[in-house]
Amino acid sequence: MRANAPRTRSLRIGAGASYAGDRIEPATDLAARGQLDYLVYECLAERTIALAQLERLKDPSKGYNELLDERFRRALPHCRRNGTRVITSMGAANPVGAARHTAAIVQELGLAPMKVAAVIGDDVLEYCLQHQDALQVMETGEPLAALAGEIVSANAYLGAEPLVEALRRSADVVLTGRVADCSLFLAAMIHEFGWAFDDWERLGRGQAAGDMVECGAIVSGGYYADPGYKEVDDLANLGFPYLVVQPDGSSEVTKLEGTGGVINRAICTEHLIYEIHDLANYVTPDVVVDFSDVRLEELGKDRVRISGVRGKARPAQLKVSIGVREGWIGEGEITYAGLGCLNRARLAEQVVRERLRISGVQLQELRVDYIGLNSLHGEASIPPKEPPYEVRLRFAGRAKSRRDAVRLGNEVETLVGKGPCSSSLPRQYVREVLAIYSCLVPRSAVHPEVVFVEADR
Amino acid sequence: MKRFYLREIAHARAGDKGDTSNIGVIAYKAEYFPIVLAQVTPERVREHFRGIARGRITRYELPQLWAINLVLEQSLGGGVTRSLSPDPHGKSYSALILTMPVDVDDAIAADLVKAGRQPI
Repeated sequence: MRANAPRTRSLRIGAGASYAGDRIEPATDLAARGQLDYLVYECLAERTIALAQLERLKDPSKGYNELLDERFRRALPHCRRNGTRVITSMGAANPVGAARHTAAIVQELGLAPMKVAAVIGDDVLEYCLQHQDALQVMETGEPLAALAGEIVSANAYLGAEPLVEALRRSADVVLTGRVADCSLFLAAMIHEFGWAFDDWERLGRGQAAGDMVECGAIVSGGYYADPGYKEVDDLANLGFPYLVVQPDGSSEVTKLEGTGGVINRAICTEHLIYEIHDLANYVTPDVVVDFSDVRLEELGKDRVRISGVRGKARPAQLKVSIGVREGWIGEGEITYAGLGCLNRARLAEQVVRERLRISGVQLQELRVDYIGLNSLHGEASIPPKEPPYEVRLRFAGRAKSRRDAVRLGNEVETLVGKGPCSSSLPRQYVREVLAIYSCLVPRSAVHPEVVFVEADR
Repeated sequence: MKRFYLREIAHARAGDKGDTSNIGVIAYKAEYFPIVLAQVTPERVREHFRGIARGRITRYELPQLWAINLVLEQSLGGGVTRSLSPDPHGKSYSALILTMPVDVDDAIAADLVKAGRQPI
């Protein structure tokens, strides 16, 4: 056990990923040069864990992040040398499997001793199925039992507590499934600074800091550039952000010198608001964050200080994300170009609609887009002054059966040779719909646990 | 008074949760924030997002950051995971909000034109 005297120096926490497939070398760079105390990889979008669950059903040894091996082979040697501990949601639907794999890498690369822990207990599928008549789906207001599709996964958003336990028990690498994104960062702060689990003010500040970097490069120059309006240097070489957190929870967000991107007040403001609704009540499992009086100050190049955040008591219930199989989506696309292209595309739309009727393709919803005109914003788009030189026609339909979804694409494909003249080759796609819904469960229904894992010998 | 696209005085980023989109709109300068506050109202956003926003629209404000947060319920084609849109997350809604016309007074208009921005 490590001594538990609270840290009085600042704490450096890097953001190594913002989704399952994120770039690897900026995280390795942070591990090598960031003098980090912690490196956190957040790797679960809403749907990622439901997809991982389906993978695990096919092969029980799988269901965790596919890039774990490459990420850790590159970063762990630096982390070992620099004393950097790692926290990550790369465990997805199989944190123990991910931990075993990690322990094997530690052994193979000669990095021992490094203690590897898995946090489990976010999987509440059994509880949700047992209580599906009583649990209310937040999106529909109906009971869970009323959803049409098959429920394949249910994962509660855990807070920092079990991660703090893993750190207290000296874990060097912590692998989790579903944990609230910012709580991955908060766990490091709670452990190091010795914050109480009901110190709402500090927890609120810490959670705000974690929230600022949990989407990785989106706060350090990614998804921001708009030439002539918002310029970003060296976008292809974006540096991932890291936090410097003070014992009182105030923090700075910054990035390594020599990397591309930008961290200024404007991008931090964009990101602060991103995916938060009521700014006075941002609900996380550990604390309700109040951003009403947040301040962002530019301290220097690519350095922004976050302060003025407050916290309120944590919620009584935990949010659960539920994956449901809801049929299939078929898509077909084809481009027309030259004079009269829009008229040919419109004729093609008529032909496909008529063909779907004649051949009896069963679709629950059909959408037709004219890419180049208004495919993203429909009637809200600014109308063009002149007809476009080319337009891409896109059909997308949702069907109960895979067969009907495929047949939509087939009807687009046969436009070449049987529809209007002069088009590109068509393309078609089909994918399964894994819809995500949410509900709330009492904390007493969720039992997180920490499991330490050794390499198989 | 001169009319400009909102893009000339503000920037934006859009996020998603289920079938709800939220769009942060941030004025480039403190002096532009009152324009955003007065003109980017939920009523105008509803009209601007015709065919897209089908539910309640709520606006939150962060004046110290010259920012508002627009929360558009039922605006993501039934939800990110089952939408048929090419942009199921509505990330491009940040570009749509910036096509909203706003009226600015002559002094600000003159500054904008001097900076190379054109009225509509």
